[in-house]
Amino acid sequence: MSDSKRPRPQPTPETQHYWDGTRDGEFRLQRCDDCAKAYFPPRPFCPACGGRQVSVFKASGKGRLYSYVIHHRPAPGFTPPYAIAVVELEEGPRLMSNIVECPQTPEALVLDMALEVVFEKLDEQISLPVFRPAQGAVA
Amino acid sequence: MKPGSIAIVGAAETTRLGSIPDMSNIQLHADAALNALADCGLKPSDIDGVACAGETPVAIAHYLGITPRWVDGTAVGGCSFMLHVRHAAAAIAAGYCNTVLITHGEAGKSGIGLNRPPPNRTSLVGQFELPYGVYGPPSMFTIPVLRYMKTYGMTEAELAMVSVVQREWAGRNPRAAFRDPISVDDVLNSRMIAYPFRLLQCCLVTDGGGALILTSAERAKDFLTKPVYILGTGESVETPMISQMADFTSSRAFRVAGPEAFKAAGISHGDVDHLMIYDAFAHLPIYGLEDLGFVGRGEAAAFIGARHTAPGGKLPMNTNGGGLSYTHTGMYGMFALQESVRQMRGTAPAQIEGAKISVCHGVGGMFAASGTIVFTNQR
Repeated sequence: MSDSKRPRPQPTPETQHYWDGTRDGEFRLQRCDDCAKAYFPPRPFCPACGGRQVSVFKASGKGRLYSYVIHHRPAPGFTPPYAIAVVELEEGPRLMSNIVECPQTPEALVLDMALEVVFEKLDEQISLPVFRPAQGAVA
Repeated sequence: MKPGSIAIVGAAETTRLGSIPDMSNIQLHADAALNALADCGLKPSDIDGVACAGETPVAIAHYLGITPRWVDGTAVGGCSFMLHVRHAAAAIAAGYCNTVLITHGEAGKSGIGLNRPPPNRTSLVGQFELPYGVYGPPSMFTIPVLRYMKTYGMTEAELAMVSVVQREWAGRNPRAAFRDPISVDDVLNSRMIAYPFRLLQCCLVTDGGGALILTSAERAKDFLTKPVYILGTGESVETPMISQMADFTSSRAFRVAGPEAFKAAGISHGDVDHLMIYDAFAHLPIYGLEDLGFVGRGEAAAFIGARHTAPGGKLPMNTNGGGLSYTHTGMYGMFALQESVRQMRGTAPAQIEGAKISVCHGVGGMFAASGTIVFTNQR
Protein backbone atom coordinates (compact mmCIF):
# COMPACT_ATOMS: atom_id res chain seq x y z
CA MET A 1 0.00 0.00 0.00
CA SER A 2 2.67 2.51 0.91
CA ASP A 3 5.88 3.56 -0.74
CA SER A 4 8.59 6.11 -0.18
CA LYS A 5 6.34 9.02 -1.18
CA ARG A 6 4.00 8.40 1.74
CA PRO A 7 3.89 11.51 4.00
CA ARG A 8 6.10 11.04 7.07
CA PRO A 9 5.01 12.34 10.47
CA GLN A 10 7.55 14.53 12.25
CA PRO A 11 7.38 13.99 16.03
CA THR A 12 7.37 16.90 18.45
CA PRO A 13 8.47 16.79 22.11
CA GLU A 14 4.84 16.16 23.10
CA THR A 15 4.39 13.18 20.75
CA GLN A 16 7.84 11.57 20.83
CA HIS A 17 6.79 8.84 23.29
CA TYR A 18 4.04 7.72 20.90
CA TRP A 19 6.38 7.40 17.92
CA ASP A 20 9.09 5.79 20.08
CA GLY A 21 6.44 3.23 21.05
CA THR A 22 5.30 2.41 17.53
CA ARG A 23 8.93 2.13 16.42
CA ASP A 24 9.42 -0.46 19.19
CA GLY A 25 6.20 -2.31 18.35
CA GLU A 26 4.16 -0.93 21.25
CA PHE A 27 0.95 1.11 20.89
CA ARG A 28 0.89 3.76 23.63
CA LEU A 29 -1.90 6.01 24.81
CA GLN A 30 -2.08 8.50 27.66
CA ARG A 31 -4.43 8.57 30.62
CA CYS A 32 -5.24 11.31 33.12
CA ASP A 33 -4.13 10.43 36.66
CA ASP A 34 -6.97 12.54 38.08
CA CYS A 35 -10.04 11.72 35.97
CA ALA A 36 -8.72 8.39 34.55
CA LYS A 37 -9.81 9.28 31.01
CA ALA A 38 -7.68 7.87 28.16
CA TYR A 39 -7.12 10.31 25.31
CA PHE A 40 -5.60 10.87 21.86
CA PRO A 41 -3.76 12.58 20.16
CA PRO A 42 -0.83 12.85 22.63
CA ARG A 43 -0.31 15.96 24.76
CA PRO A 44 1.14 16.45 28.25
CA PHE A 45 -2.21 17.28 29.89
CA CYS A 46 -5.72 15.93 30.00
CA PRO A 47 -8.07 17.46 27.39
CA ALA A 48 -11.07 16.50 29.54
CA CYS A 49 -10.08 18.20 32.82
CA GLY A 50 -6.88 20.15 32.10
CA GLY A 51 -4.87 18.16 34.64
CA ARG A 52 -1.10 17.99 34.05
CA GLN A 53 -0.65 14.68 35.89
CA VAL A 54 -0.87 12.13 33.10
CA SER A 55 0.64 8.69 32.43
CA VAL A 56 1.68 6.90 29.28
CA PHE A 57 0.48 3.28 29.13
CA LYS A 58 0.63 0.38 26.71
CA ALA A 59 -2.79 0.14 25.11
CA SER A 60 -4.50 -3.07 24.00
CA GLY A 61 -4.18 -2.25 20.31
CA LYS A 62 -7.72 -3.56 19.87
CA GLY A 63 -10.56 -1.60 18.37
CA ARG A 64 -13.42 -1.59 15.89
CA LEU A 65 -13.94 -0.03 12.48
CA TYR A 66 -15.82 3.20 13.20
CA SER A 67 -16.08 4.81 9.74
CA TYR A 68 -14.14 5.13 6.49
CA VAL A 69 -14.03 6.17 2.87
CA ILE A 70 -12.45 4.26 -0.01
CA HIS A 71 -10.36 6.81 -1.84
CA HIS A 72 -10.36 6.39 -5.61
CA ARG A 73 -8.02 9.22 -6.54
CA PRO A 74 -4.23 9.09 -6.58
CA ALA A 75 -2.37 10.42 -3.54
CA PRO A 76 1.40 10.53 -2.96
CA GLY A 77 2.57 7.13 -1.73
CA PHE A 78 -0.78 5.35 -2.23
CA THR A 79 -2.30 3.23 -4.96
CA PRO A 80 -6.08 3.70 -5.24
CA PRO A 81 -8.52 2.42 -4.25
CA TYR A 82 -7.54 2.41 -0.58
CA ALA A 83 -9.53 2.91 2.58
CA ILE A 84 -8.94 5.81 4.97
CA ALA A 85 -10.46 4.65 8.20
CA VAL A 86 -11.21 5.82 11.71
CA VAL A 87 -10.75 3.18 14.39
CA GLU A 88 -12.43 3.35 17.78
CA LEU A 89 -10.02 1.89 20.31
CA GLU A 90 -11.08 -0.39 23.15
CA GLU A 91 -9.89 2.32 25.55
CA GLY A 92 -12.25 4.90 24.01
CA PRO A 93 -10.25 7.29 21.81
CA ARG A 94 -10.49 7.18 18.02
CA LEU A 95 -7.72 7.59 15.48
CA MET A 96 -7.29 7.67 11.75
CA SER A 97 -5.55 4.68 10.17
CA ASN A 98 -5.51 2.27 7.26
CA ILE A 99 -6.91 -1.25 7.23
CA VAL A 100 -4.44 -3.89 6.01
CA GLU A 101 -4.68 -7.60 5.20
CA CYS A 102 -8.24 -6.96 3.99
CA PRO A 103 -9.77 -6.22 0.57
CA GLN A 104 -10.42 -2.48 0.19
CA THR A 105 -14.10 -2.94 -0.61
CA PRO A 106 -17.40 -2.03 1.08
CA GLU A 107 -18.20 -5.75 1.27
CA ALA A 108 -15.03 -6.57 3.22
CA LEU A 109 -14.90 -3.40 5.30
CA VAL A 110 -17.86 -3.77 7.62
CA LEU A 111 -18.51 -1.13 10.25
CA ASP A 112 -17.85 -2.29 13.81
CA MET A 113 -15.67 -5.24 12.70
CA ALA A 114 -13.02 -6.09 15.26
CA LEU A 115 -9.51 -4.82 14.48
CA GLU A 116 -6.04 -5.10 15.96
CA VAL A 117 -2.97 -2.94 15.53
CA VAL A 118 0.08 -3.87 13.47
CA PHE A 119 3.03 -1.63 12.65
CA GLU A 120 4.15 -0.56 9.21
CA LYS A 121 7.80 0.47 9.20
CA LEU A 122 8.46 3.54 7.05
CA ASP A 123 12.09 4.12 8.09
CA GLU A 124 14.39 3.66 11.09
CA GLN A 125 12.54 6.32 13.08
CA ILE A 126 8.90 6.00 12.06
CA SER A 127 6.56 3.02 12.14
CA LEU A 128 2.89 3.75 11.53
CA PRO A 129 0.17 2.00 13.50
CA VAL A 130 -2.29 0.43 11.04
CA PHE A 131 -5.04 -2.11 11.72
CA ARG A 132 -6.04 -5.53 10.40
CA PRO A 133 -9.10 -7.68 11.02
CA ALA A 134 -8.70 -9.22 14.49
CA GLN A 135 -7.22 -12.71 14.30
CA GLY A 136 -9.97 -15.27 14.78
CA ALA A 137 -12.71 -12.69 14.32
CA VAL A 138 -15.23 -12.98 11.52
CA ALA A 139 -14.71 -10.00 9.22
CA MET B 1 -25.61 43.82 18.93
CA LYS B 2 -29.33 44.60 19.13
CA PRO B 3 -31.30 42.49 16.62
CA GLY B 4 -31.74 44.40 13.38
CA SER B 5 -29.44 47.27 14.37
CA ILE B 6 -26.80 46.47 11.73
CA ALA B 7 -27.47 46.06 8.00
CA ILE B 8 -25.80 44.90 4.82
CA VAL B 9 -26.00 47.77 2.34
CA GLY B 10 -23.55 46.56 -0.31
CA ALA B 11 -23.22 43.08 -1.78
CA ALA B 12 -21.71 41.70 -4.96
CA GLU B 13 -19.80 38.80 -6.45
CA THR B 14 -16.94 39.00 -8.90
CA THR B 15 -18.14 39.99 -12.37
CA ARG B 16 -17.28 36.51 -13.62
CA LEU B 17 -17.33 33.10 -11.90
CA GLY B 18 -15.80 29.82 -12.98
CA SER B 19 -12.49 29.91 -14.81
CA ILE B 20 -10.81 33.34 -14.48
CA PRO B 21 -7.21 32.73 -15.56
CA ASP B 22 -6.54 36.46 -16.01
CA MET B 23 -6.93 37.35 -12.31
CA SER B 24 -4.85 36.54 -9.25
CA ASN B 25 -6.25 35.62 -5.85
CA ILE B 26 -5.96 39.17 -4.48
CA GLN B 27 -7.45 40.72 -7.61
CA LEU B 28 -10.53 38.50 -7.18
CA HIS B 29 -10.94 40.06 -3.72
CA ALA B 30 -10.58 43.51 -5.28
CA ASP B 31 -12.95 42.80 -8.17
CA ALA B 32 -15.64 41.72 -5.70
CA ALA B 33 -14.91 44.66 -3.37
CA LEU B 34 -15.15 47.24 -6.17
CA ASN B 35 -18.44 45.68 -7.32
CA ALA B 36 -19.84 45.82 -3.76
CA LEU B 37 -18.71 49.44 -3.35
CA ALA B 38 -20.38 50.33 -6.66
CA ASP B 39 -23.50 48.47 -5.55
CA CYS B 40 -24.02 50.92 -2.66
CA GLY B 41 -22.30 54.01 -4.12
CA LEU B 42 -19.25 54.08 -1.84
CA LYS B 43 -15.53 54.54 -2.47
CA PRO B 44 -12.66 52.71 -0.75
CA SER B 45 -12.02 55.86 1.32
CA ASP B 46 -15.50 55.49 2.87
CA ILE B 47 -14.51 52.14 4.42
CA ASP B 48 -13.04 52.13 7.95
CA GLY B 49 -13.21 48.42 8.75
CA VAL B 50 -11.82 45.45 6.78
CA ALA B 51 -12.33 41.72 7.26
CA CYS B 52 -11.20 38.91 4.96
CA ALA B 53 -9.84 35.37 4.76
CA GLY B 54 -7.46 33.88 2.19
CA GLU B 55 -5.55 37.16 2.11
CA THR B 56 -4.63 39.19 5.22
CA PRO B 57 -6.57 42.35 6.09
CA VAL B 58 -3.20 44.10 5.76
CA ALA B 59 -2.88 43.00 2.14
CA ILE B 60 -6.49 43.81 1.26
CA ALA B 61 -6.55 47.23 2.97
CA HIS B 62 -3.32 48.22 1.27
CA TYR B 63 -4.31 46.86 -2.15
CA LEU B 64 -7.63 48.73 -2.09
CA GLY B 65 -6.21 51.94 -0.56
CA ILE B 66 -8.19 51.70 2.67
CA THR B 67 -7.08 53.09 6.05
CA PRO B 68 -8.99 50.92 8.54
CA ARG B 69 -9.46 51.52 12.24
CA TRP B 70 -10.78 47.96 12.73
CA VAL B 71 -9.66 44.72 11.07
CA ASP B 72 -10.54 41.03 11.39
CA GLY B 73 -8.46 38.29 9.79
CA THR B 74 -10.42 35.36 11.22
CA ALA B 75 -9.61 32.45 8.92
CA VAL B 76 -11.41 29.26 9.90
CA GLY B 77 -12.19 28.05 6.39
CA GLY B 78 -15.27 28.53 4.26
CA CYS B 79 -17.49 29.97 7.02
CA SER B 80 -14.96 32.69 7.90
CA PHE B 81 -17.26 35.26 6.28
CA MET B 82 -20.17 34.37 8.58
CA LEU B 83 -17.83 35.02 11.50
CA HIS B 84 -16.70 38.28 9.87
CA VAL B 85 -20.34 39.40 9.60
CA ARG B 86 -20.83 38.57 13.28
CA HIS B 87 -17.65 40.31 14.40
CA ALA B 88 -18.27 43.32 12.17
CA ALA B 89 -21.79 43.77 13.53
CA ALA B 90 -20.41 43.74 17.08
CA ALA B 91 -17.63 46.17 16.12
CA ILE B 92 -20.04 48.64 14.50
CA ALA B 93 -22.37 48.38 17.51
CA ALA B 94 -19.38 49.05 19.80
CA GLY B 95 -18.36 52.12 17.80
CA TYR B 96 -15.00 50.67 16.65
CA CYS B 97 -15.86 51.48 13.03
CA ASN B 98 -18.80 52.62 10.91
CA THR B 99 -18.54 50.91 7.54
CA VAL B 100 -17.03 47.44 7.14
CA LEU B 101 -15.94 45.74 3.93
CA ILE B 102 -15.76 41.92 4.00
CA THR B 103 -14.02 40.32 1.02
CA HIS B 104 -13.54 36.87 -0.42
CA GLY B 105 -11.57 35.98 -3.51
CA GLU B 106 -10.08 32.63 -4.40
CA ALA B 107 -8.35 31.37 -7.49
CA GLY B 108 -9.44 27.84 -6.57
CA LYS B 109 -9.34 26.61 -10.16
CA SER B 110 -6.60 28.64 -11.82
CA GLY B 111 -4.43 28.82 -8.71
CA ILE B 112 -2.88 32.19 -9.56
CA GLY B 113 -1.45 33.85 -6.45
CA LEU B 114 -3.27 31.38 -4.21
CA ASN B 115 -2.29 31.51 -0.53
CA ARG B 116 -2.44 27.94 0.72
CA PRO B 117 0.41 26.88 3.01
CA PRO B 118 1.81 23.36 2.49
CA PRO B 119 0.90 20.76 5.14
CA ASN B 120 3.03 20.94 8.27
CA ARG B 121 4.43 17.53 9.18
CA THR B 122 4.68 18.44 12.89
CA SER B 123 1.03 19.50 13.21
CA LEU B 124 -1.45 17.02 14.66
CA VAL B 125 -2.97 16.59 11.19
CA GLY B 126 0.54 16.15 9.77
CA GLN B 127 1.45 13.48 12.30
CA PHE B 128 -1.82 11.60 12.74
CA GLU B 129 -3.85 12.00 9.53
CA LEU B 130 -1.69 12.85 6.48
CA PRO B 131 0.36 9.60 6.73
CA TYR B 132 -2.84 7.62 6.07
CA GLY B 133 -3.40 8.99 2.59
CA VAL B 134 -5.84 11.83 3.13
CA TYR B 135 -5.50 14.09 0.15
CA GLY B 136 -7.77 17.11 0.03
CA PRO B 137 -11.31 17.63 1.36
CA PRO B 138 -12.97 14.83 -0.70
CA SER B 139 -10.90 12.28 1.24
CA MET B 140 -11.55 13.79 4.69
CA PHE B 141 -14.85 15.66 4.90
CA THR B 142 -16.61 12.50 3.72
CA ILE B 143 -15.26 10.10 6.37
CA PRO B 144 -18.07 10.44 8.97
CA VAL B 145 -20.96 9.65 6.62
CA LEU B 146 -20.82 5.84 6.69
CA ARG B 147 -21.30 6.02 10.45
CA TYR B 148 -24.29 8.32 9.92
CA MET B 149 -25.72 5.91 7.34
CA LYS B 150 -25.37 2.93 9.68
CA THR B 151 -26.83 4.84 12.63
CA TYR B 152 -29.91 6.17 10.83
CA GLY B 153 -30.27 3.81 7.85
CA MET B 154 -29.78 6.50 5.21
CA THR B 155 -29.23 4.93 1.77
CA GLU B 156 -26.84 5.96 -0.98
CA ALA B 157 -29.87 6.88 -3.14
CA GLU B 158 -31.20 9.18 -0.41
CA LEU B 159 -27.83 10.90 -0.15
CA ALA B 160 -27.83 11.29 -3.95
CA MET B 161 -31.15 13.18 -3.77
CA VAL B 162 -29.35 16.17 -2.20
CA SER B 163 -27.47 16.73 -5.48
CA VAL B 164 -30.59 16.14 -7.59
CA VAL B 165 -32.66 18.75 -5.75
CA GLN B 166 -29.91 21.34 -5.75
CA ARG B 167 -29.48 20.92 -9.49
CA GLU B 168 -33.16 21.82 -9.84
CA TRP B 169 -32.42 25.13 -8.13
CA ALA B 170 -29.33 25.65 -10.29
CA GLY B 171 -31.49 25.19 -13.36
CA ARG B 172 -33.28 28.40 -12.34
CA ASN B 173 -30.04 30.37 -11.99
CA PRO B 174 -28.35 31.61 -15.20
CA ARG B 175 -25.04 32.11 -13.33
CA ALA B 176 -24.90 28.52 -12.05
CA ALA B 177 -22.03 26.45 -13.44
CA PHE B 178 -24.11 23.27 -13.92
CA ARG B 179 -27.77 23.69 -14.89
CA ASP B 180 -28.85 20.49 -16.67
CA PRO B 181 -31.23 18.29 -14.64
CA ILE B 182 -29.74 15.12 -13.10
CA SER B 183 -31.32 11.96 -11.69
CA VAL B 184 -30.41 9.80 -8.70
CA ASP B 185 -28.99 7.27 -11.18
CA ASP B 186 -26.85 10.00 -12.79
CA VAL B 187 -25.41 10.77 -9.35
CA LEU B 188 -24.82 7.13 -8.41
CA ASN B 189 -23.28 6.37 -11.83
CA SER B 190 -20.91 9.34 -11.77
CA ARG B 191 -17.24 8.65 -11.10
CA MET B 192 -16.42 7.32 -7.63
CA ILE B 193 -14.28 9.83 -5.71
CA ALA B 194 -14.25 8.54 -2.12
CA TYR B 195 -16.79 5.78 -1.49
CA PRO B 196 -19.65 6.39 -0.83
CA PHE B 197 -19.20 9.81 -2.51
CA ARG B 198 -19.43 10.18 -6.29
CA LEU B 199 -18.33 13.15 -8.37
CA LEU B 200 -21.81 14.71 -8.41
CA GLN B 201 -21.85 14.69 -4.60
CA CYS B 202 -18.67 16.79 -4.43
CA CYS B 203 -18.50 20.56 -4.91
CA LEU B 204 -17.19 22.39 -7.94
CA VAL B 205 -13.72 23.91 -8.06
CA THR B 206 -13.87 27.47 -9.42
CA ASP B 207 -12.35 30.94 -9.39
CA GLY B 208 -14.39 33.82 -8.02
CA GLY B 209 -15.17 36.01 -5.05
CA GLY B 210 -17.71 38.13 -3.25
CA ALA B 211 -17.87 41.12 -0.93
CA LEU B 212 -20.27 42.62 1.60
CA ILE B 213 -20.54 46.12 3.10
CA LEU B 214 -22.09 46.58 6.54
CA THR B 215 -23.12 49.67 8.46
CA SER B 216 -25.62 50.66 11.14
CA ALA B 217 -29.31 50.26 10.34
CA GLU B 218 -29.74 54.00 10.99
CA ARG B 219 -27.18 54.87 8.32
CA ALA B 220 -28.52 52.18 5.99
CA LYS B 221 -31.57 54.39 5.31
CA ASP B 222 -29.29 56.78 3.38
CA PHE B 223 -28.38 54.11 0.80
CA LEU B 224 -30.29 53.36 -2.38
CA THR B 225 -29.99 49.60 -1.86
CA LYS B 226 -32.62 47.76 0.17
CA PRO B 227 -31.09 47.11 3.61
CA VAL B 228 -30.73 43.51 4.75
CA TYR B 229 -30.75 43.48 8.55
CA ILE B 230 -28.78 41.13 10.77
CA LEU B 231 -31.13 39.61 13.33
CA GLY B 232 -28.92 37.06 15.03
CA THR B 233 -25.53 35.39 14.71
CA GLY B 234 -23.61 32.40 16.08
CA GLU B 235 -20.17 30.82 15.73
CA SER B 236 -18.09 27.95 17.07
CA VAL B 237 -15.21 25.59 16.29
CA GLU B 238 -14.59 21.95 17.09
CA THR B 239 -11.42 20.22 15.80
CA PRO B 240 -8.88 20.52 12.97
CA MET B 241 -8.85 16.70 12.72
CA ILE B 242 -11.85 15.01 11.14
CA SER B 243 -10.89 11.81 13.00
CA GLN B 244 -11.40 13.61 16.33
CA MET B 245 -14.91 14.91 15.67
CA ALA B 246 -16.81 13.91 18.83
CA ASP B 247 -19.95 12.62 17.09
CA PHE B 248 -19.71 11.39 13.48
CA THR B 249 -23.46 11.90 12.99
CA SER B 250 -23.56 15.54 14.11
CA SER B 251 -21.36 18.64 14.21
CA ARG B 252 -20.80 20.19 17.63
CA ALA B 253 -19.87 23.49 15.96
CA PHE B 254 -23.21 23.45 14.10
CA ARG B 255 -25.07 22.70 17.35
CA VAL B 256 -23.50 25.73 19.03
CA ALA B 257 -23.59 28.28 16.19
CA GLY B 258 -27.11 27.55 14.91
CA PRO B 259 -29.11 27.74 18.15
CA GLU B 260 -27.09 30.78 19.26
CA ALA B 261 -28.14 32.64 16.11
CA PHE B 262 -31.80 31.59 16.45
CA LYS B 263 -31.88 32.65 20.10
CA ALA B 264 -30.26 36.02 19.41
CA ALA B 265 -32.72 36.64 16.56
CA GLY B 266 -35.67 35.57 18.68
CA ILE B 267 -37.04 33.33 15.91
CA SER B 268 -38.23 29.76 15.71
CA HIS B 269 -37.90 27.34 12.80
CA GLY B 270 -41.37 28.08 11.48
CA ASP B 271 -40.34 31.71 10.92
CA VAL B 272 -37.65 30.76 8.38
CA ASP B 273 -38.65 31.44 4.76
CA HIS B 274 -35.30 30.67 3.12
CA LEU B 275 -32.30 28.60 4.13
CA MET B 276 -28.72 28.28 2.98
CA ILE B 277 -26.63 25.37 4.30
CA TYR B 278 -23.06 25.28 3.00
CA ASP B 279 -22.85 22.19 0.77
CA ALA B 280 -19.24 21.37 -0.02
CA PHE B 281 -20.40 17.74 -0.08
CA ALA B 282 -23.87 16.20 -0.27
CA HIS B 283 -24.06 15.18 3.39
CA LEU B 284 -23.67 18.70 4.75
CA PRO B 285 -27.31 19.78 4.23
CA ILE B 286 -28.31 16.54 6.00
CA TYR B 287 -26.17 17.32 9.05
CA GLY B 288 -27.15 21.01 8.93
CA LEU B 289 -30.92 20.44 8.83
CA GLU B 290 -30.68 18.18 11.88
CA ASP B 291 -28.10 20.13 13.88
CA LEU B 292 -30.01 23.39 13.37
CA GLY B 293 -33.17 21.64 14.54
CA PHE B 294 -35.28 21.91 11.38
CA VAL B 295 -35.90 18.15 11.59
CA GLY B 296 -35.23 15.42 14.14
CA ARG B 297 -32.21 13.09 14.21
CA GLY B 298 -32.05 10.87 11.16
CA GLU B 299 -34.96 12.64 9.44
CA ALA B 300 -33.15 15.00 7.06
CA ALA B 301 -32.76 12.63 4.11
CA ALA B 302 -36.49 11.82 4.09
CA PHE B 303 -37.25 15.55 4.43
CA ILE B 304 -35.18 16.32 1.33
CA GLY B 305 -36.57 13.26 -0.44
CA ALA B 306 -40.10 14.56 0.19
CA ARG B 307 -39.07 17.72 -1.72
CA HIS B 308 -39.53 20.09 1.23
CA THR B 309 -36.29 21.90 0.30
CA ALA B 310 -36.90 21.74 -3.47
CA PRO B 311 -38.53 24.41 -5.65
CA GLY B 312 -42.11 24.74 -4.42
CA GLY B 313 -41.26 23.13 -1.04
CA LYS B 314 -41.97 24.64 2.36
CA LEU B 315 -38.30 25.24 3.21
CA PRO B 316 -36.44 26.39 0.06
CA MET B 317 -32.76 25.58 0.60
CA ASN B 318 -29.61 26.43 -1.36
CA THR B 319 -31.62 28.31 -3.97
CA ASN B 320 -28.56 29.39 -5.97
CA GLY B 321 -27.71 25.73 -6.70
CA GLY B 322 -25.15 25.58 -3.89
CA GLY B 323 -21.54 24.54 -3.90
CA LEU B 324 -22.58 21.38 -5.72
CA SER B 325 -23.94 23.20 -8.80
CA TYR B 326 -23.54 27.01 -8.56
CA THR B 327 -19.91 27.70 -7.73
CA HIS B 328 -17.30 26.69 -5.13
CA THR B 329 -14.01 28.53 -5.00
CA GLY B 330 -12.76 26.77 -1.87
CA MET B 331 -14.31 29.01 0.79
CA TYR B 332 -17.91 29.00 -0.45
CA GLY B 333 -19.48 30.72 2.58
CA MET B 334 -19.40 34.13 0.91
CA PHE B 335 -21.62 32.83 -1.92
CA ALA B 336 -24.17 31.45 0.54
CA LEU B 337 -24.29 34.89 2.18
CA GLN B 338 -24.69 36.59 -1.22
CA GLU B 339 -27.70 34.39 -2.02
CA SER B 340 -29.32 35.18 1.34
CA VAL B 341 -28.83 38.89 0.64
CA ARG B 342 -30.35 38.53 -2.87
CA GLN B 343 -33.34 36.67 -1.44
CA MET B 344 -33.87 39.37 1.19
CA ARG B 345 -33.52 42.12 -1.42
CA GLY B 346 -35.94 40.31 -3.72
CA THR B 347 -33.40 40.06 -6.53
CA ALA B 348 -32.53 36.33 -6.58
CA PRO B 349 -32.88 34.46 -9.88
CA ALA B 350 -35.02 31.85 -8.07
CA GLN B 351 -36.73 34.39 -5.83
CA ILE B 352 -38.87 33.10 -2.94
CA GLU B 353 -41.88 35.39 -3.07
CA GLY B 354 -42.53 37.25 0.15
CA ALA B 355 -39.49 35.82 1.98
CA LYS B 356 -38.83 37.83 5.15
CA ILE B 357 -36.29 35.72 7.06
CA SER B 358 -33.26 33.93 5.66
CA VAL B 359 -30.92 31.69 7.65
CA CYS B 360 -27.39 31.28 6.28
CA HIS B 361 -25.32 28.49 7.82
CA GLY B 362 -21.66 27.88 7.05
CA VAL B 363 -19.05 25.25 7.72
CA GLY B 364 -15.29 25.75 7.86
CA GLY B 365 -12.57 23.19 7.30
CA MET B 366 -13.78 19.60 7.65
CA PHE B 367 -16.48 20.13 10.30
CA ALA B 368 -13.81 22.28 12.00
CA ALA B 369 -15.80 25.49 12.35
CA SER B 370 -19.24 26.97 11.86
CA GLY B 371 -21.02 30.30 11.58
CA THR B 372 -24.74 31.09 11.30
CA ILE B 373 -26.41 34.38 10.33
CA VAL B 374 -30.13 35.18 10.49
CA PHE B 375 -31.14 37.93 8.05
CA THR B 376 -34.38 39.84 7.59
CA ASN B 377 -35.64 42.56 5.24
CA GLN B 378 -38.11 43.83 7.88
CA ARG B 379 -37.48 46.44 10.54
